[in-house]
Amino acid sequence: MKRMIIPVLSLTTAIFLLGITGCKPKNAGSAAAGDAASRVYVAPGKYDEVYNFVSGGFSGQVTVYGLPSGRLLRTIPVFSNDPQTGWGYSENTIPMLNTSHGFIPWDDQHHLEISQTNGETDGRWLFANANNTPRIARIDLTTFRTAEIIEIPNSAGNHSSPFITENTEYVVAGTRFSVPMDNDNGDVPIDTYKKNFKGTVSFISVDPNDGKMDIAFQILLPGVNFDLSHAGKGPSHGWFFFSCYNSEQAHTLLEVNASKRDKDFIMAVNWKKAEEYLKQGRGQKQKVKYAHNVYSDETHQATSTIKDEVVVLDATQFPDLVYAMPCPKSPHGCDVDPTGEYIVGSGKLAALIPVFSYTKMMKAIENKDFDGDYDGIPVLKYESVLHGEVEKPGLGPLHTEFDAHGNAYTSMFLSSEVVKWSIKDLKVLDRAPTYYSTGHLMVVGGDSKKPYGKYLVAYNKITKDRYLPTGPELNQTAQLFDITGDKMKLLLDFPTAGEPHYAQAIPADKVAPKSLKIYDLMKNKNPFVTMGEKEARVERKGNRVDIYMTMIRSHFNPDNIEGIRVGDEVYFHVTNLEQDWDLPHGFAIKGANNAELLVMPGETQTLKWVPEVSTVYPFYCTDFCSALHQEMQGYIRVSPKGSNVPLTWSLDKKSDATVEPDAAQ
Amino acid sequence: MKKILIAFSAALFMISCGGPSGGYQPGESEEAGEKATIEDYDPHRGEGNFKDYQPPAKLDATMAANGEKVYDLKCASCHKLSAEMLVGPGWKGVTELHSPDWILNFMTNTDEMLDKDPKAQAMLEICMVRMPNQNLTDDDAKNVYEFMRKNDGVK
Repeated sequence: MKRMIIPVLSLTTAIFLLGITGCKPKNAGSAAAGDAASRVYVAPGKYDEVYNFVSGGFSGQVTVYGLPSGRLLRTIPVFSNDPQTGWGYSENTIPMLNTSHGFIPWDDQHHLEISQTNGETDGRWLFANANNTPRIARIDLTTFRTAEIIEIPNSAGNHSSPFITENTEYVVAGTRFSVPMDNDNGDVPIDTYKKNFKGTVSFISVDPNDGKMDIAFQILLPGVNFDLSHAGKGPSHGWFFFSCYNSEQAHTLLEVNASKRDKDFIMAVNWKKAEEYLKQGRGQKQKVKYAHNVYSDETHQATSTIKDEVVVLDATQFPDLVYAMPCPKSPHGCDVDPTGEYIVGSGKLAALIPVFSYTKMMKAIENKDFDGDYDGIPVLKYESVLHGEVEKPGLGPLHTEFDAHGNAYTSMFLSSEVVKWSIKDLKVLDRAPTYYSTGHLMVVGGDSKKPYGKYLVAYNKITKDRYLPTGPELNQTAQLFDITGDKMKLLLDFPTAGEPHYAQAIPADKVAPKSLKIYDLMKNKNPFVTMGEKEARVERKGNRVDIYMTMIRSHFNPDNIEGIRVGDEVYFHVTNLEQDWDLPHGFAIKGANNAELLVMPGETQTLKWVPEVSTVYPFYCTDFCSALHQEMQGYIRVSPKGSNVPLTWSLDKKSDATVEPDAAQ
Repeated sequence: MKKILIAFSAALFMISCGGPSGGYQPGESEEAGEKATIEDYDPHRGEGNFKDYQPPAKLDATMAANGEKVYDLKCASCHKLSAEMLVGPGWKGVTELHSPDWILNFMTNTDEMLDKDPKAQAMLEICMVRMPNQNLTDDDAKNVYEFMRKNDGVK
């Protein structure tokens, strides 16, 4: 119901604003730059300049687009299962979606962050958060595959995530919903929120060599809603800034009850200080339960480990660990400019944009320039930490990114526009309408120390009439702007998948040269690998049947299997013997109630199959592999329970005397 | 005749969609055929890393044994050791049909050879499946070649 109301409200707002501004172009034709077509045209066979990683929202996945063309390059399965690739269905990948709540094959994927070195995107990994069942995923940018997923305990709604420190020392997670802590008695009345509900922010360490994640520590904070965050950089490296709303601590009708106070907060966390306290052994160990899932490119298998402990620092016990900076009207975006000096808060109900100064914040802390405390967290005086306010930027500022020339770009949800302003003097320089109601936006490298700039993409929440209608549901729309000049220029609209909440982009030459082409068959350490057709076989142990099968253009070995019985648990361990780029083979069997497999060159994947009816089942390759792809098939005979049909397997066994070798030879 | 025509057009189709086998070049992909210069192509040697390769005077048994391992893993799916065709041609006599360089280059530079070499293209018309580039190292290829020699009776 709520989802229906929002568009109606925003449409009303849009109509209202159209009425008052009267300058909104009537159609795209008048809005797009004259040479837009040539600016986004990437000729056949040419590559895009930039990789654009876009969060999938309720799809649970991540999509990859090329810019400036807006061409969809790939969908990466992350938190939701994907029948196309077998992700979350194959025995190899099922453990990746394990949690302390069991197997969870979906989520709401909100934000993304590319790993950084010295504050610059380095193209090694892409981090993605799960907003529903709190998790963080790490995607390997050599394979474009999810390599690791870690669950976050003491959290509910991992929204303010997965932002990173400038050398990817940590990736953070801040809870959107405050809740009773995992090892407290959670069976409490909801209206005891103020007493029993707490917020946490988690710091997950990232191994600089292999990217492996581990929850280093959590900071216990008052019960509020944490929304977004960004790390300090340069001079402010060592600090992390989290926006939060619902400082009213409402637990019902938040729409009204969490919008009462004039100001909520940006919480400034001194994580270097937290490290010192941990070293002194002052963290408290808490019993919790969370899953840590890792995919190996050597075994082509995932393992899921349930861990049972985190170290927690209670912020109220460490007065110099966390400070609250008052920020108007339910702040959403919390963005640090490339110099690391300015922190931009975007109050989504505000009519101005406050910009905080790191230098002033440090001075205010030194002078104890406090305005009391909030549940034990010292509150800094607004005026003492403020660099200034951008006056009349538009309505409903949500999120800000930066270029390399001292300019900031803020998305305005209510007034449906992108506003460019100068960080130095806080003057609005330009504004461009968006279609419609832009949520997040992204500048290439726009949250790093060295923005690449050039392009800005606005991710809009409402699509309406932008494309040919497709029934009640429309894909959400992205809009590409050229930001090289004084004025932003609209270049292109393109539809997106799911609901993008944030995106990242990186010049192609930081990622493309490292892209893996094949998995080396010689290094395949899968316990069920079939190293060449000589080793193809079928083994039975009780009612478990293991089929060691190979695939190559264009046949399976074995392709005739008999002696399977109803009720057997059959495991197809399929190894793709190809060592050539872009030559996956598919494996699909009639009646499979899970999915197919798509097996990359040099890889082994396993599909479980429990036949329920005695008959002959066909299987075949689903990925067009050669002129004889349609011949890449086989049969498996399933006999009734207790049958004594012997277990046999073969390829090209000429048992029938009428079959002659192909005369065409 | 009809079958040959189909085979020929299928071969053409496969050649034209062979696609880039090289690495990422900033700004553009490698277009098949764009860089091909047919005139200086040596059909005896083929094209690739190998030139004037001299196999050992006598069979190197260690190399041949290593080559057999590679064969089992990466080649046996399509090539029998007899002269009988499976997916690709049988290997019996292959070392007498082509020069060492040609065989070694075809093993390691498969896509380019399929795009240029008349003998490779004629074979494609018969087999109808592009030989996969199985990513053999130059040493792998030499070992496999030694195994082929063993299979052809070299002592």
